[in-house]
Amino acid sequence: MRIALRNCGLIDPEKIEEYIAEDGYFALGKCLTEFTREETIKEIKDSGLRGRGGGGFPTGLKWEITKNVEAGQKYVVCNADEGDPGAFMDRSILEGDPHSVIEAMAICGYCIGADTGLVYIRAEYPLAIERLKIAIKQAREFGLLGEGILGTNFNFDIELRYGAGAFVCGEETALIHSMEGLRGEPTVKPPFPSVSGYMGKPTNVNNVETFASVPVIINKGANWFNKIGTEKSKGTKVFALAGKINKVGLVEVPMGTTLREVIYDIGGGIVNGKEFKSVQTGGPSGGCLTKDFLDTPIDYDNLIAAGSMMGSGGMIVLDEDDCMVSIAKFYLEFTLEESCGKCTPCRIGNKRLFEILTKITEGNGVLEDIERLRVLSNVIKDTSLCGLGQSSPNPVLSTINNFEEEYRAHVVDGKCPAGQCKSLLRYDIVEDLCTGCTLCFRNCPVGAITGERREPHLIDQSLCIKCGVCFEKCKFNAITLI
Amino acid sequence: MYKIKSLDDLKQIRGEVQSKNSLKRNGENTEQVVQIKVGMATCGIASGAKEIMKFLLEECEHQAIDAQIKQTGCLGYCYAEPMVEVQLTDAEPIVFGYVDKKRASEIIEKYIMQGEQIGGEISISFKTIND
Repeated sequence: MRIALRNCGLIDPEKIEEYIAEDGYFALGKCLTEFTREETIKEIKDSGLRGRGGGGFPTGLKWEITKNVEAGQKYVVCNADEGDPGAFMDRSILEGDPHSVIEAMAICGYCIGADTGLVYIRAEYPLAIERLKIAIKQAREFGLLGEGILGTNFNFDIELRYGAGAFVCGEETALIHSMEGLRGEPTVKPPFPSVSGYMGKPTNVNNVETFASVPVIINKGANWFNKIGTEKSKGTKVFALAGKINKVGLVEVPMGTTLREVIYDIGGGIVNGKEFKSVQTGGPSGGCLTKDFLDTPIDYDNLIAAGSMMGSGGMIVLDEDDCMVSIAKFYLEFTLEESCGKCTPCRIGNKRLFEILTKITEGNGVLEDIERLRVLSNVIKDTSLCGLGQSSPNPVLSTINNFEEEYRAHVVDGKCPAGQCKSLLRYDIVEDLCTGCTLCFRNCPVGAITGERREPHLIDQSLCIKCGVCFEKCKFNAITLI
Repeated sequence: MYKIKSLDDLKQIRGEVQSKNSLKRNGENTEQVVQIKVGMATCGIASGAKEIMKFLLEECEHQAIDAQIKQTGCLGYCYAEPMVEVQLTDAEPIVFGYVDKKRASEIIEKYIMQGEQIGGEISISFKTIND
């Protein structure tokens, strides 16, 4: 079911006429000529649309709050600072259907009383920027942006602001500071951007996918939209499928679809027919769900209840060969690099979490470390300033909760069940099976294997770098992995 | 440039583009009967869609096929990029995946010029907002 992606891959994104042929800009026309600002907001509120950036805040309510603040100047901001590893739905929308975002920003501007829209887009998306620029230029030429749009007295124009690709700038207060030319650091809310945002003026910030859904809601009506989805999460959500899945790509499904349908029916199952282990949703702020959750309908509230979150919609599928401790470590490393360093729990707490995880993957962990990770994670969650810190321990907590036995295997038995943590591996030669063919000896890159021809060989563990070449080369299965 | 000054202007443009498109689909506009779309989002370009686009343009000119070749965004089937959609007159559009130059010339010579089914299409199974 494609709503946000309705035109992606079907129209030429660089031709405004093709967008217009698909009822493009008619939602804006309808709002300007038939609906009052209040009626338009009511339509969005009735539709039940919630923010697609991850938070899930009701969009109509946000618009209403911004509208009700008295100010001479207001702003509409589109958050296109997509930063989750493995998520690329916003990029696809901007590359495939930029006009839908422009139209929705103009509708939002009309509702809240703003005449300027700003798109905060990361400079790493050159093609999306290019297409957006072309689209804005064409909309201006056609008079769909600018002064007196469609013969009314509504004025609206859009400018671009480039981000340098910092994850924290997806947080709305940090995003606004970055647009103002300040450091991209979050500040305490309230005041919310709806009251005091860009340049201290009321600012409505929405995500790309949220905006892309708006014109359809206006054209088709709130009642059409709110019939799709679950009780509290209406409409559809785009997910970016990545990882060990056969059909990597974007899927847009109604809220309430199960993970099993997305991964097996649409995604084509796991690569090489391996065993499904977990799916990571919500990026660095989300968590890992086990196969017990495969039949859980996906919506905002169910994912939170399951210990993860919707996030922007990245879905990374993990199979039996993935080590959950290493996965938690990977996300922690990401947050560590992306933390702005303003508040102590996030800056220092995440560093300590990362160190404990490294210790475990290197085989030096002790049982108490698991509890230590839990306690520290909860402290970071409770005391960090912004969403980045408050959610950064989620990958750690969810992997401990769902895969505690794997952590225990690392610290108690000194083993990595998935065979990923190199320090915990040991390659050995089984004497009885070794024929002394010298193949491993000749292929070992560090000269760790010794032995005479036709005599059993030996691996010097102090030299071995655990590259696994000998294991792959041996024709007699004489090398074991412990 | 034509400025849209009212909702009626907008309706007029929509009507013009839509009727032009339906003429092409029904083959009434004999100038361009074949419509080819190449997925040119980041995923497509990364897999080589630019070269395929260039190849299709050159090859169609070379073989004197009057085709309208245009770029689109991402259909969501990133695993099968580069993807090419071909619509012949009076036929449902067919989407071909994993298109390299060899495959592209097969599409032109067999499917477009002789109407032969060559298989290997990606089944497009999503619902649209109008379903």
